[in-house]
Amino acid sequence: MTTMTGSRSQLSPAARIARMHRQGKLTALLLFLPPALVLFTLFVIWPIFNAANLSFFKWSGYGAIDNFVGTQNYQRLANHSVFHQSLWNSVKLILASLFIQIPLALTLALLIYKKTSINTAFRLIFFAPYILAEIASGVIWSFIFDGDFGVSGQIATALGIEPFYILADRQFAFLAIITVVVWKYFGYHMMIFIAALQAVPDDLIEAADIDGAGRWQKVFYVKLPLIMHAIKLSAFFAIVGALQVFDIIIPLTNGGPSNSTHSIVSYLYTYGLAQLNVGYGAAVGVVLFILCMVTAFSYRRLAMGKGGAL
Amino acid sequence: MNRPGFFLALVRAAVLSIVAALVIVPLIATFLGGFKSVGELRASPFGLPPVWRIETYTDILGGPVFWGYIQNSLIISFSAVFLTLMLASMAAYIFAQIHFFGSKYIQAYLLLGLMFPFATAIVPLFLQIRNFGLLDNPLGVILPQTAFSMAFAIVLLRSFFQQLPKELFEAAYVDGCGYIGFFFRFTLPLSTPILATVGTFVFVQSWNNYLLPLVVINDSAGYTWPLGIMRYRGEFMVEWNRILAFVSLTILPALIFFTFTQKYIVAGLTRGSVKG
Repeated sequence: MTTMTGSRSQLSPAARIARMHRQGKLTALLLFLPPALVLFTLFVIWPIFNAANLSFFKWSGYGAIDNFVGTQNYQRLANHSVFHQSLWNSVKLILASLFIQIPLALTLALLIYKKTSINTAFRLIFFAPYILAEIASGVIWSFIFDGDFGVSGQIATALGIEPFYILADRQFAFLAIITVVVWKYFGYHMMIFIAALQAVPDDLIEAADIDGAGRWQKVFYVKLPLIMHAIKLSAFFAIVGALQVFDIIIPLTNGGPSNSTHSIVSYLYTYGLAQLNVGYGAAVGVVLFILCMVTAFSYRRLAMGKGGAL
Repeated sequence: MNRPGFFLALVRAAVLSIVAALVIVPLIATFLGGFKSVGELRASPFGLPPVWRIETYTDILGGPVFWGYIQNSLIISFSAVFLTLMLASMAAYIFAQIHFFGSKYIQAYLLLGLMFPFATAIVPLFLQIRNFGLLDNPLGVILPQTAFSMAFAIVLLRSFFQQLPKELFEAAYVDGCGYIGFFFRFTLPLSTPILATVGTFVFVQSWNNYLLPLVVINDSAGYTWPLGIMRYRGEFMVEWNRILAFVSLTILPALIFFTFTQKYIVAGLTRGSVKG
């Protein structure tokens, strides 16, 4: 390829285009590329740039956009306790993902990564919640957590105490949400680990066997180091995923009680979109965008610095 | 097997069974809940129903709204899959087959789409859809979903197309087959596994999507099934048996579909994560 570009660079741009045209490349290019690019620009890139612009205005969504307010939206955001809570909730979700979900997924992956029929059955079961819609999962778990029905109802009856409504409890409601998030996504991370473990060459394991490595030594000195890229990647997905949790929260608590369980996105929806505070919602979007970008870039720096999978 | 080995096998079986139970029990309780009365549900949320009542299920299946939601969701999801596969494979083909100035920059531009979730731009996205007059129109959901699947789909398709044998194109080109003809006659038919992977993945995402239809579709006649569930729950509040039956009916096709296509879903997931 390098030699090809070398010979091409001697041609003038016009000559290159003319040659592409003779070969039929130009027609293909002009027919095939623009549809994807146009759609992508209209619905992905343009809204993001527009968000940055709108976030400096106060606008109700109708009429002219002429009420420039500078950084006022961002200042309000920085001072809003509900937004602080939603950020803190995202941090809690990230911590739970990193320290509960990923270790759980990794343990399960190590237990069932070998291709046997029983393992396949377990894999299928563990992965099922990931396929279910967030909304359906949220509704199912709101039944389980219902103080009059579900688990907590049963426990309360068994102990002869008043029913406990965990989703209406400021202290525990978010814990319930974390439980559902872990339930929903651990299988996803497990699948990433299983794919990585299956790619570990057998002869490395055999070599370790010959060297007399024990069960745990093989796990900690051979398998885990070899799938480190998958673990880092999984951590990255967990963080980005935690930043955008929305669908699960709506059926479970809808951000309540007293706005204590909002995520960034449910906050954005409630305070920006539902009330058509366009500028304000755009500002929340920009903050979320920056958080995602910072995560992506620091991930590239930290995790993939030495030529990983990406 | 030595003693620690046996002990470990026991622990392993216990861990796997407990986690499997935690996954399955809520789902089973949901299916069974639809067969109970509210009173029975309150008395025994997880047990077998004392009498198998099918009225709740048949009411929903015979009712006016359920099939409408399913139909709307199917239209949206299939269109999103078709459009994504079409547009993304065309673009990916160009990147894989033709070297041209700017190719790298355009690909980097598209990769931006992998970096952020569409929730970040949901407010301006809503305005954009409104400007195009697509509120309460399935296209208002289909087009943005397609656009947001574009980056991921192009990455997977391009790397697959690049692995197709080069000799094939050279032979076809000598025989007078042009770039466009080759795409339809050879590239697409040879790429069914990757098209199935991408298609399944886009389908699941579109089928489960809640935020975008919530923002775009106001008229309940156009509701997709996740919006339908929330509306149904709002209507029947404490009649959990009805709600659970409704949820069961909507997730059952997804679970069946998943059992048959999990190969593709997992392939998309791991391919996307390894090469993303």
